[in-house]
Amino acid sequence: MALSESTGQATIEGRPASPIRRAVDRIGTALAPIRSRFTLLGVDTRLIGMIVALAIIWLAFNIAGHGSFITARNLWNLSVQSASIAIMATGMVLIIVSRNIDLSVGSMLGFIGYTMAMLQAIWIPQVFGAQPQPWIWIVTLLVGIGLGALIGGFQGFIVAYGGVPSFIVTLGGLLVWRGLIFRYAQGQTIAPLDQTFQLLGGGTQGTHVGALGDIGSWVLGAIACVAIVASLIFTRRRKRRYGFPTRPLWAEFVVGAVACAVALGAVFVAISYPLPPNVATAVANEQGIPVPPGGFPTGVAIPVLVLIIVGIVVTFLATRRQFGRYVYAIGGNPDAAALGGINVRWTILKTFSLMGILAAISAAVSTARLNSAVTGLGTQNELDVISAAVIGGTSFAGGIGTIPGAILGAVVMQSLRSGMSLLLVDSPTQDIVVGVVLVGAVGLDTLIRRRAG
Amino acid sequence: MAMPQAAMDATPAPAPSRTPLVEMRGIDVAFGGVKAVQGVSVDLYPGEVVGLVGGNGAGKSTLMRTLSGARPPDHGEIWVDGKPATIANPRDAKAYGIETIYQTLALADNLDAPANVFLGREITSRGQLDDDAMEDATRKVIGRLNPNFKNFTSPVMRLSGGQRQAVAIGRAIQFNARILIMDEPTAALGPAETAQVRDLIRQLKKEGLGIFLVSHDIHDVFDLSERISVMYHGRIVDTVNKDDVTTDEVLGMIILGKPPTKLTEEEKAALHA
Repeated sequence: MALSESTGQATIEGRPASPIRRAVDRIGTALAPIRSRFTLLGVDTRLIGMIVALAIIWLAFNIAGHGSFITARNLWNLSVQSASIAIMATGMVLIIVSRNIDLSVGSMLGFIGYTMAMLQAIWIPQVFGAQPQPWIWIVTLLVGIGLGALIGGFQGFIVAYGGVPSFIVTLGGLLVWRGLIFRYAQGQTIAPLDQTFQLLGGGTQGTHVGALGDIGSWVLGAIACVAIVASLIFTRRRKRRYGFPTRPLWAEFVVGAVACAVALGAVFVAISYPLPPNVATAVANEQGIPVPPGGFPTGVAIPVLVLIIVGIVVTFLATRRQFGRYVYAIGGNPDAAALGGINVRWTILKTFSLMGILAAISAAVSTARLNSAVTGLGTQNELDVISAAVIGGTSFAGGIGTIPGAILGAVVMQSLRSGMSLLLVDSPTQDIVVGVVLVGAVGLDTLIRRRAG
Repeated sequence: MAMPQAAMDATPAPAPSRTPLVEMRGIDVAFGGVKAVQGVSVDLYPGEVVGLVGGNGAGKSTLMRTLSGARPPDHGEIWVDGKPATIANPRDAKAYGIETIYQTLALADNLDAPANVFLGREITSRGQLDDDAMEDATRKVIGRLNPNFKNFTSPVMRLSGGQRQAVAIGRAIQFNARILIMDEPTAALGPAETAQVRDLIRQLKKEGLGIFLVSHDIHDVFDLSERISVMYHGRIVDTVNKDDVTTDEVLGMIILGKPPTKLTEEEKAALHA
């Protein structure tokens, strides 16, 4: 009672403006100097904000869980668990940016994953015999990707050329693709999968490990650093050639150093996670050496490698190709895009086809990780994928959203779930928290964006 | 059919040696049952500004949208350089050197100025967008319009009305347009910016472009045009030489839909009251 009275008084004394608005304004003012410093660095402040939020989440769970969250083991698992959603979130960004939605990604993942499992566990052995073939994994993957491009493109065709709203088309797709799974095998679980294919999931298969190990991981880290430095140098050189303003040299060094440190730090975490004891013993026996005291380093998991490649390719499509420019133009102003001579329909169709391809890649990762295909595979994934894109800053108004943001959004979502699981929070409560965070994050973002203009 | 006939009679005979840049003949556009443009014929010569005036819903913008490829006509022909042209979409129009500055500007607000100037016609090298080359060209073309324009990397939604207009105009003149359609180019501008646009129109005219100027502002039209075509309820009332008419007479045509010679004494009196 006392509480409600005091808040009542505050409303009477204060302005009618909402307290949230004022709090956001105050935060914004306090952060202004930091913001301007980052502007000088030429870094996306939204992305920085998300990284800070992620760091806070990790620290909070680590404190609450008495140091159980920030461990090599948990972070490695987190990276693998995030990969499937993050891969699809990169495509969902382009779908939402062009003012559409795809509700069918979970069902597409299930359907394509099931098809790929049937192919390698039943159809190929029927034709070529039960002997494992070395090419099964790649053929399966290519068939899956082709199927994804086809069914995604089919949905995109109905949206773009049929003029049916994407919400409806993909809602239909959600039901149809899921239903078709049961047509295949009356709901049986399909297993086991091809040995090489399984590595795509990041698991271990005998002595084969679905991760890069220490040497492979360091090579990956080195490639990343070289690429970061090269891109900074080339960008600066190009801008110089045209006489455009460049950021100060110290800023280039800071950006390069931080980016390289993050890449190498991630590699360090990944190799700090040792292989499970039984796998380590098997590997040691095979190589005829004893298990080293710290165990064998696991390294960057294959699903994460797949995510990195997908992230780079989709970012390239979105920012360096005409296709991406058109997607963003359509989202910003569809009429202007059409008057500019852009083939709006064809571009929309391609975004849906790309989404299907990414669902297929996620399907490969998910089925490989389970070493089987179940009928419920990917159920409700559409919600996680859309949430990841939206938490990552993609706007439903269209025209705004980044691929790195969506990947971070997927990691934020997975961190919440994984952290709560470590704290033994039950699944319904997890859903409540994730739901509140989703709405809260987007609400806060909208307020800040409106204020910043 | 009396009015189109009158329009043809009144059209000043062009010098026979010159071919019109654009001839639009008998253009019809209907939206469902509503005839927005009926049997309209207009033409445009190099180095000439033709003002297109009329009340709201007279069909000016719809007529121009057929020329810019945004909405192909239901009937009628468009000739460019004395040859029949097929303009089914904006891309076709641009291939004929027809550029349009829309009243709405048609900008993608989330993209920066270079991306908007080159929208649909990006410079690429080895399949990749060459953003630096596009920014360089944009700096040059917009610098010609507005030397104070500095912000080439923010989304255009952060720019002022005049700067946004500069981006839209920059897009039209970047690609060596020969025929320019300007739909209310000064409606959203302040006095200084309006003066800049007027200077630009005169300069482009000198360079030999043909310009269709759609405007509500009768003074703009008188100031800049050689000829004026008046539209009323989807038809051409008359096309007149600017020097042969007064602003009052043109206003009379806009309001009453009749050439001055056909007005009754009563109508004239009402107009001047």
